[in-house]
Order: sequence, then structure tokens, then C-alpha cells
Amino acid sequence: MKAGAPQLLYPAAAIALVALVLRASLDGPSVMATVLAVAAGLLVLAGLVSLWRPRWQLLLTGVAAHAAVYILLAELPEIAGRAGLGFWCLVIAAWLTAWAFVQSLSEMRTEGRAASRLFGVIIPALFGIWCLILWELIVRGFAVPAVILPAPSAVWERILASIPILWADFQQTFIKAVLTGYAIGCLSGFAVAILADRIPFLRRGLLPIGNLVSALPIVGIAPIMVMWFGFDWPSKAAVVVVMTFFPMLVNTVAGLAASGAQERDLMRTYAANYWQTLLRLRLPAALPFIFNALKINSTLALIGAIVAEFFGTPIVGMGFRISTEVGRLAIDMVWAEIAVAALAGSAFYGLVSVVERMFTFWHPSYRS
Amino acid sequence: MKSSSLITRLMAGTTGPVIVVCLAIIALWYVGAFFLNAPFAREALARADEAYTFSDLLQRTMNEERPVLPSPHQVAREIYETTVLKKPTSNRSLIFHSWVTLSSTLLGFLMGTALGIVLAVAIVHSRTLSRSLMPWVIASQTIPILAIAPMIIVVLASIGLTGLFPKSIISTYLSFFPVTVGMVKGLRAPDPIHLDLMRTYSASQAQVFWKLRWPSSMPYLFASMKVAIAIALVGAIVGELPTGAVAGLGARLLTGSYYGQTVQIWSALIAAAVIAATLVTIVGIANRAVLARMGQSE
Repeated sequence: MKAGAPQLLYPAAAIALVALVLRASLDGPSVMATVLAVAAGLLVLAGLVSLWRPRWQLLLTGVAAHAAVYILLAELPEIAGRAGLGFWCLVIAAWLTAWAFVQSLSEMRTEGRAASRLFGVIIPALFGIWCLILWELIVRGFAVPAVILPAPSAVWERILASIPILWADFQQTFIKAVLTGYAIGCLSGFAVAILADRIPFLRRGLLPIGNLVSALPIVGIAPIMVMWFGFDWPSKAAVVVVMTFFPMLVNTVAGLAASGAQERDLMRTYAANYWQTLLRLRLPAALPFIFNALKINSTLALIGAIVAEFFGTPIVGMGFRISTEVGRLAIDMVWAEIAVAALAGSAFYGLVSVVERMFTFWHPSYRS
Repeated sequence: MKSSSLITRLMAGTTGPVIVVCLAIIALWYVGAFFLNAPFAREALARADEAYTFSDLLQRTMNEERPVLPSPHQVAREIYETTVLKKPTSNRSLIFHSWVTLSSTLLGFLMGTALGIVLAVAIVHSRTLSRSLMPWVIASQTIPILAIAPMIIVVLASIGLTGLFPKSIISTYLSFFPVTVGMVKGLRAPDPIHLDLMRTYSASQAQVFWKLRWPSSMPYLFASMKVAIAIALVGAIVGELPTGAVAGLGARLLTGSYYGQTVQIWSALIAAAVIAATLVTIVGIANRAVLARMGQSE
């Protein structure tokens, strides 16, 4: 297995070497005559030296790949849209070198929890950054029309230029519709679950239906809710309520059955009544299930609110912005809105996970 | 005597309670239809300037042309008229629209499942991929992917791709995440003891995969396929929204909401629910058949 990383360096060095004699841009001089030669040289050098002295591989590949790609990005404006074969060879070589770097990073033995957690962040972060870099290089190198796919840098500029609009949309969709709907939906799902737990007949009747409804395309009720509650955020919150209700119901009912028979017997020997048993034993035991529902719902809520806005809104909101800007072919604004939605969704999910960790620290999955 | 024991037996299981809850929902639906439609009906009757009784009002709320909430029998009649009485090829037939949605759902689901399995196999066999790509696959679940559906449709249309394929791209995109996550878990499910046993047989990586990892991942595959097919249907419906409402259940929802045709919206919703339930049930049956064939039971 050890041989995996260096194997990639043979083609990387070879491609970088070949790139030297190819044209950097379609009508320009060869790579050798431009600054890109430095990038090629770095890549060849890093590949050869680390094949010769594997000990230096991690450092050399890391430095060479990132320096080379920095040069490529810096030279990009000059040759945007008419990048030649030499340029693309360098891109491939830099990418292969970076892959070898990540490979040797992930094969490194880590000692201690802090180090392994750090690696757990760095490796995916590197992967994400390289995806963005390749996206930028390909879009601008081939001059892909912005209508099809804007470059990440263009999206970033659009975000910076339209923060007030994005903030207003975020407030309308996330703070008003999603949070309200999420709170009402989760709480009512929880309340009905407790009720169903008190009345076994209701539980047997509701649970199969709840399971079925969880699989249904509930976003389809959006037009009805828009008709009932008007164009503003209450209709979106209503969609979110219905979408989050059933996962909460099903998971809480399952969770309330999760406590062991022995513990329940113990509560009986304490002469604990229903509510005492519920509060002291069964709800804590159900917490992992409840948090699972809260996490599922955090994603569903955002989807519900955004899709509901496709059916009609006042002139603000993330879903509204996405559908109108798509109509105007301002795809960079759409991506900016998606970036905000992704950020909001991940932050929401992350927050729920942090709270989960605080409350269910005793669960085996966190103690290992 | 016998019938009462039948009823108690029914009520002790799940069938009885489910039927009771379903009946309760339908009853609530009628009550809701009455109260939601009553204001408008009252107004209309008052305009007619004749004395009206409660039964007139009731009659009217149940059979409104464009009700706020259509009553169940109106929806049932609409479904009957658009499925049985219309030719399946006509674009007023619900079967036609359901088929449009179902075909892109199935295509997207198949592509998504295949992609998800391939990705999971790659992740399980490459340490680099598992450490660099897997966190992103998990993080991507927290992102409202459905939001990009209109963009995908428009962008693909601008490079000349229209029709079935762009919609199924959305279904693919939505359904491959659960499959990847489930299959990575499933392919890693074999006990270390079993993996060690395969090693003592000096099994190759391919043999370990086909004889141990693949079979032991089956329950996980089916569990994630159930999620995937449900979400693929959602993707197909949402994918039909921005196409200008040409055909499909999503288009029925959109035109219904534009023209206030509530009965049409509800019948499209019921059709979507029936399709979803059928698809999930089929996956469940396949699951049971495969597991039974493998000598495992749930």
C-alpha cells in the first residue's frame, strides 16, 4: 500500500516536463518562455526529488503543488479563454501532485486525539479547496459562459456586492419561515408522540400512517398552503410544519420504546408514576432518537421553505430570488443564494449536533 | 359473538387502529371542508337573496367549483374522471402526467443508485477518498440541494438538453447521497473476524468484495434505496416546476395553483402519494425477497 502515493508522481512529473514544450495559450509562446515555466520546474523537481528521497515527499509535493497552482491562477487573466495544451498539462500535473500530497497526508500515522481531529479537518478542507481551484481554472481557462457555470471568484464577488439582498432573503426565508415552522412542527410532533404513547390505540394507528407520510412528497402541499395562508412567510412556515411533524412523531415514538425493560421495572419498584418514568427514564433514553429527528428536520425545513417560495411570494426570499434570477439568467446570483442556503443549512445542522452532544454525552457513539 | 371477536382481534393488531385513524382523517377533512368553504358559500347564498337552510349551505360547501378545501368525494370524482374516463395519452389524463413523473423518477433513481454504489465502493477502497470526500458527502446532506433544481433545468436547457433527462438529473443528484452514505456503512459492516478469515483464505480484494462485503451490505442498500426512491420522486416533481409546467405531476400542481384549481392540486397530490407509497412498497418487497434468498430474515 505504501507505493500508492509515489506512483502518481511519475505521470505528474512527466506531464509537467512535456508541458514545457507545449503552448501556454492558443496563439502565444510555449510554456518555457513564460512564468509558467517556474510552475512546471517546481512540479518536475518535486516529483523527481521525492521519488529519489521519499522522506521529503510530503513537504515537497505540498509546497510544489500549491506554489504551482498559485502561479497558474496568477497567470490566468492573461490567457483566459484561450488556454493552450501546455496550460492544461500543468493543471493536470499540479492536481496529480496535490493528490499525492493528500494521499501521503491521509496515510500518515497520527498520534493523539487533537492531531487526528486536525487531520480530519485539513484533509477534507484541502479536497474542497482543490475542487474550487479546478472549477475556477476550468471555467476561466475554457471561458465557459457565465450563463452555464460562473467561476467561484465571480460568485464571491456577487456575494460581496449584494449582501443587503442576501440578508433580506435570509431573514424572510430562514429566520421567519424556517425557524417558526421548525419550532411549531417539532413541538407539535413531540406533543402528539407523547399523546400516542399514552394511548396505545392511537400509537398503533398513527405509526404506520406516519411512516407512510414520511415517504410522501409533502412539498407538494406548498401551493395549497400558499392559497390558504397567503403569499407571505406564514404559508412557508405551514409547509415546514407539515414536513417536520411526521419525522418528529415517528422518531419520538420509536425513542420512547427504547428504554430497557429492566430499567422500566426498576422505576416500577420505585413506585414511579407515568410522568416520573417519562421524565426520568424514557425521555432521556429517547433523546438520541429525538435529536435524530431534529437533525433530519433541520434540512427538511430549509428545503420546504425554499420550494414553497417557488409557488408564490412577496418579492423577497431565497426561493423567490433563485427562481427569478434563473429566469433572468443571472446564474452567479443563484449560486450566491445557494452558497447562503448551504451555509445556513450546515450551520443549523451543526448547531443541533452541538446541542445533541451536550445532552447525549452518555451515548456510546460519543464515548469511544 | 364471532363478529365481535373479529373486531377485537382487528383492534388488537395495527389494521383496526389504522382504519379508524384513516376514517377519522376523512371525517376531519369533511369538517374542515365545511368550515373553510362556509364563508364563501354563505356569501354566495346571501347574494342570491333567497332564504337558505343549513342543508343548502352544507350542499354548497361540499360541491364548490373552486373550493378552498375540496371535499374528499370531489377529489375522488376528479381522480376517477381523469384516470378512467380520459385516454391515457391525452394531456388531461392523470395517468399521462403520473407516467411523465414516474419515468423521470425511475431513471433518476437508477442512475443515482448506480452512482451512489460506485462512489461508495471507491470510498471504501481508497483511504484518501474516504478521508477527503466522505466528509463532503455527509456535509452535503445538510445543504438544501433541491434549491438548485430550477437552475439545473434552465442551464441544461440552455445547452440544448430538455425533456426527461434534466429532470432525472435532479432525481439522480438527490438520490445518490443516501445510497452512498448507506453503502459505505454497509460495505464496512462485515466483522473484522470475517475479514480476517478471508485473509487466511488469501482472498483477493475482488473476492473479499463479492463474497463478503457486497452480501453484507444488502440490508443497508435497501434501507437507503427506500429513502432514495422517495426523494427521487420529490426531485422529479420539483424539477417539473420551472419547465413552464408542460407535463407531469409538478406541472399539475403549478397550473392548479395558477388558476385556483384546487381539486386538480389535490388529485395530483393524491396521485403523488400513491406513487410514492407504491414505489417504497416495491423496494420493501424486493428487500424481503433478496434477504430471504440470502437466508437472512429481517
